[in-house]
Amino acid sequence: MIQTVEPWVVLSFSAAIFSIGLVGVLIRRNILVLLMCIELMLNAVNLTFVTLSRQLESMAGQMSVFFIITVAAAEAAVGLGLVIALFRTLRTVDTDQIQMLRE
Amino acid sequence: MDISPIFFYAFAGLAIAFALLTVLKKNPVASAFSLVMVFFSFAGIYAMLGAHLIAALQVLVYAGAIMVLFIFVIMLLNADAPSLDMVRTPMWLKASTGVLGIVLFGVLVVSFKNSSITGVHGNLPESQVEALGGNTQVVSELMFSEYILPFELTSILLLVGIVGAVAIAKRRPHKGKV
Amino acid sequence: MAQSLFWIPLLPLLGFLINGIWYMFFQSPANGRKAGATVPGVIASLSIFGAFVFSLKAFLELKGLAPEQRVLEQLLFNWMKVGELSLDVTLRVDSLSTLFTLVITGVGTLIHLYSIGYMGHDETPGKFFAYLNLFCFAMLVLVLGGSLPLLFLGWEGVGLCSYLLIGYWYSDEEKAKAGKKAFIVNRVGDLGFILGTFLIYSTFGTLDFANLKEVVLSQGAMVPAAVLTGIGLLLFVGCMGKSAQIPLYIWLPDAMAGPTPVSALIHAATMVTSGIYLLSRLNFLYSLAPDALHVIAIIGGVTAFFAATIAFAQRDIKKVLAYSTVSQLGYMFLATGVGAYGAGVFHVITHAFFKALLFLGAGSVIHGMHHEQDIMKMGGLRKYMPQTFFVFLIGWLAIAGIPPFSGFFSKDEILWLAFSSDHGSVVLWGLGALTAVMTAFYMTRLFVLTFLGKPRFEESHHDTHGHGHHDDHGHGHGHGGVHESPLIMTIPLMVLALLSAVGGFMGVPHMNWLAHWLEPVIPHHAVNPAVNPSLEWVLMGVSVLGAVIGIVFAFKVYRDLKSAEVLRKKFEGLHRALENKWYVDEMFEVLLVRPIQAFSRALWKNVDVAIIDRFVLGFGRVSQWTGQTVRVTQTGSTQTYLFMLLIGLVIALGYLIYGLV
Repeated sequence: MIQTVEPWVVLSFSAAIFSIGLVGVLIRRNILVLLMCIELMLNAVNLTFVTLSRQLESMAGQMSVFFIITVAAAEAAVGLGLVIALFRTLRTVDTDQIQMLRE
Repeated sequence: MDISPIFFYAFAGLAIAFALLTVLKKNPVASAFSLVMVFFSFAGIYAMLGAHLIAALQVLVYAGAIMVLFIFVIMLLNADAPSLDMVRTPMWLKASTGVLGIVLFGVLVVSFKNSSITGVHGNLPESQVEALGGNTQVVSELMFSEYILPFELTSILLLVGIVGAVAIAKRRPHKGKV
Repeated sequence: MAQSLFWIPLLPLLGFLINGIWYMFFQSPANGRKAGATVPGVIASLSIFGAFVFSLKAFLELKGLAPEQRVLEQLLFNWMKVGELSLDVTLRVDSLSTLFTLVITGVGTLIHLYSIGYMGHDETPGKFFAYLNLFCFAMLVLVLGGSLPLLFLGWEGVGLCSYLLIGYWYSDEEKAKAGKKAFIVNRVGDLGFILGTFLIYSTFGTLDFANLKEVVLSQGAMVPAAVLTGIGLLLFVGCMGKSAQIPLYIWLPDAMAGPTPVSALIHAATMVTSGIYLLSRLNFLYSLAPDALHVIAIIGGVTAFFAATIAFAQRDIKKVLAYSTVSQLGYMFLATGVGAYGAGVFHVITHAFFKALLFLGAGSVIHGMHHEQDIMKMGGLRKYMPQTFFVFLIGWLAIAGIPPFSGFFSKDEILWLAFSSDHGSVVLWGLGALTAVMTAFYMTRLFVLTFLGKPRFEESHHDTHGHGHHDDHGHGHGHGGVHESPLIMTIPLMVLALLSAVGGFMGVPHMNWLAHWLEPVIPHHAVNPAVNPSLEWVLMGVSVLGAVIGIVFAFKVYRDLKSAEVLRKKFEGLHRALENKWYVDEMFEVLLVRPIQAFSRALWKNVDVAIIDRFVLGFGRVSQWTGQTVRVTQTGSTQTYLFMLLIGLVIALGYLIYGLV
């Protein structure tokens, strides 16, 4: 039985979650699910920080994660507020209907 | 790194499975609940890595507050019907995105595997952290000494976020009832 | 005086600036003031008169010097230094150029005064006088220039002014075209001039007249004959253009579209003589190129004869005089070609007098006849314009070569030297003598038809040679009828008549003051020793006799239009050819103008439009196409942008990590 998990395994697990989140962002059209996938990506990054913090025997990584979580929370709040405001006008959460940036 | 493989693979497997569900499920509520499960799995992994405070925060903030918010909004907007969004996306787009994601994954894995991680090497091995009173103690001490500035700034950020969210989402008076 | 030489060209230049600026700012704007011709005319006349005074001063000062020292030079400034060539702007007055400046400024002043009267009803007299002064400035630079480039500057300047003044009434398409024709034909000649200058520089290394003479005299014999002949001929091409020799004479008859004072000043007295000036200036060079001289003499003689034939059948009073000018210029080149540069200069001076007189007289007639120019519609003007008649009579006698008027002396000297000079020949003399007889004939024809006989001018649309009934009041046109010209026009005419009458005495054979005066610049010509000197008197008698015969014959024919008609019918075909100028212009049109235009059109369609336009527009089209193609990526959907980001990210990572791409 393997005694311990190599760091790169953890890191690649984090990479996997990141990629899954990324694909989700690109494919899904429902805004809310989109935001959730973004949260997935943020979490993957958090895991990377923590792993490296342990590997480098420093606390800096964990401090960063602390702040990332905080900011992510604020961002989710504001983002959802925006979705609500958008919904009032467009009556939809489908990103394909929100193409006002189109040239 | 001293991590027990069994628990790690268990949590990791769970996380990946639920992440895939988040992305692939049509019902937004289902996606939300899957995401909550992902967060729990992550919390477990954090704990295994010795980041006890982070693990607790993960559950409290992410699973407890953010996801609740998400559910609220889904219900508010009546968006819980299974969305048609994946139906109209052409297959080639889904396939190419998937391929691209796999390629990215592959690149990252290979780079993690073959490179030696260099960073600023600290001087706090596990043993010392324990000696200092545990993870939470160390983090807190650092938070209020070295990282006091980001801490304060973050609190302002949160304030701004609150005010902003309220300002954006609030109903305008002339539109009728508040 | 050497230090104030610059006043000679400067005064007309100032006149030009004053009149020009006043015209530009006060008259030419749409609601500018109307003004008479007096003020600008007086300003212009004063400028040129001032130049005359300075010219006279220079002349007198030269006279006081010993013959070898008769040169006044003033260095104004250094024009340019390029490599080894250093060009200075130097004004040079010597025996030759002082004569020219006197003629230009003197006759010029008279013509300016005359113009005040002639252009009295013109709309823009300020512009006219400005151009006239500019012309005088350019012409003076031409003759006072101390080096070939400076001469060329004046050369070009007079060409420009010729264009401006010929096309002065530019709203008439024909007149504008005449101006263009003059300029373009001149340009062709100028090409020869420039090439000749280049050749001189590359052969002798200097362009300054003083240095050039020394270099040529010392080293000229070592230069291959072909080069010298080439230089001579190339410079002569320039003369062909400027002085209207075959084949570049075609612009001069058309140039009659300009106002008559312009014809008098530019196309009789001054600009057209620049060719003679150039050749006389460079006589030391031409002495070493006898083949070139031979060509010049032949062309001169042929031109003289050819133009005289055309003058036989012209109906416009100015056109007759124009062809006469071409013919007389041919005489001058004939003289130069046989080495008699001095005789050529002599004829330049006398021709300036009597031709300007004739032109101004014609102008007086035109003015009095309210712009009628067809001599067939004139007649009997002797009664209506006695002063004009008198001066025209003198001019007529001068050009016909009747002693003791000036034309006789100068023409006769040319004929004698054509016969007797080392480069001359009997053939050339014969050509010249025949032309002299013809000159007498057609000038008499002009004189008789215009001034003598019964007036023909109330029959305005009747086809010529007709019946003679007349209306006694002479009220053919408009108000006032036919009248004599005002004093401001007749006084200059009188002065010119005087000069035409007595001007010949400066070159009387065997008392030839002129040839003596010109010696420092123009050495005596070589005389063919086989010729008996007493033949000179014989030939003189022959030419006088010929002139008289011509005059008498013309009187007989044109006294009565009926006999003129008879003569015309006898030579109907020839007459038509002459009247149509031997169809030379038409030949040029077909052989040269139309092919060039067709070529231009072909180039335009096939190169400019098809290739170049497409190429340039292609840039625009490519940009547009690129834009439209790339626009497809601007979907407005953030997810698409993220997708592309991802692709870029993967590539970047791959490159960084593996060195791919």
